[in-house]
Amino acid sequence: MGRLFLEIVTPEKIVVSQEVDSVVAPGTDGEFGVLPGHIHFLTGIVPGELRYNTGAGKESMAVTTGFAEVSNDKVSILVDAAEKASEIDAERARQAMERARERLGKDRRTEDIDTLRAEAAVRRAIVRIRVIEKAI
Amino acid sequence: MATLRDILRKIGAVKKTQQITKAMNMVAAAKLRTTQGRMENFKPYAGKFAEVLGNLASGMDPGIHPLLVKKEEVSRVELLHFTADRGLCGSFNVNTVNAAQKWIKGQQDNGRDCSLTLVGKKGRDFFRKQGANITESHIQIYGMIDISFINQMTRGFITRYLSDEIDEVNMIYTRFISMAKQEPTLVKLIPIEPPQKEAETEEKAAEYLCEPSAEKLLIELLPKHICVQIYNAFLQNEVSEHAARMSAMDNATKNCSDIVENLTLVYNKARQAAITAELMDIVGGAEAITKA
Repeated sequence: MGRLFLEIVTPEKIVVSQEVDSVVAPGTDGEFGVLPGHIHFLTGIVPGELRYNTGAGKESMAVTTGFAEVSNDKVSILVDAAEKASEIDAERARQAMERARERLGKDRRTEDIDTLRAEAAVRRAIVRIRVIEKAI
Repeated sequence: MATLRDILRKIGAVKKTQQITKAMNMVAAAKLRTTQGRMENFKPYAGKFAEVLGNLASGMDPGIHPLLVKKEEVSRVELLHFTADRGLCGSFNVNTVNAAQKWIKGQQDNGRDCSLTLVGKKGRDFFRKQGANITESHIQIYGMIDISFINQMTRGFITRYLSDEIDEVNMIYTRFISMAKQEPTLVKLIPIEPPQKEAETEEKAAEYLCEPSAEKLLIELLPKHICVQIYNAFLQNEVSEHAARMSAMDNATKNCSDIVENLTLVYNKARQAAITAELMDIVGGAEAITKA
């Protein structure tokens, strides 16, 4: 059977562009896996862990929001940010989470943009930390 | 006629100016390279995004989302306008400000209120002096923008559009065409006019399995589409600014060389005249002595 071509693109750069055996990504309706021969598929991506198997080994990444497209054994993932486990700064992620939690703790009565942003920041930080902890 | 020393001083001054313009030219060139790299890196994302959105949107009823629906009565429009933070870049700022002013005047002639969101110090200073209605201004943020900043900006526009505070959002930025050509460009952000695709791709769209559903996905992608456009404008504008400054400074350096050349000619002539005058004096003096 053929292989998949995985492309992970962020506005800043192309993060991954290589052949892989399988991809598991966090979709809006839950995690989904892609193997060669997958049907044309389109879905949203939520912050979470994205895993892929290159044949030589498994890789894990933290991704934020975006969407994914699968067509003709090509997986294109467009997200705001994507980091490999080895690239994540654990200390920074922890600090970011703390900052965001603090902001949330102050005032939870009004659901304005700041709270939404802080919640999103907490989610992103949690994902990053989880990805690193798994890698260690 | 200027004395010799005056001319020398002037030559020195022009040479110093030339050094500055040369340095600015090189700085602009370096900055241009990095921003151009960023623009190139963004292209795959933007291209893929437009493709997917085109596939999704083709054949879909525009009524599914308010961002796609044109408002019947448009009385307040918002303009997102990009200028540079700094001058000394030729006609870059003038061109884009003129384009914006022309557009605003056109809107006002149609009885529409115009409010502005400004990026860049030059534009802010200009429109503040004009007493224009400024909603928000962002200065000195080039090079520091990231996608979360754009997301926030986009959310602001969408919220105001949906709450009927504004009826249309447009933007004017300077598109980078080539090193020698940059052009102010007008883009309508909201309501969204999705990129239309050929009939051939429409078939392909039907084959997609969408999760949760094509409509829901499209609704999620629409705000992102605005983000992508704004981000693109940021990058293009920045690249254009550096390109414009580079050529402006290159011209200035060349002009300095011309002036130095001309002044050197004047200096040599003046020196020669002084020598001749002195000789005449000596000869005249000598003749007076022999006669006596």
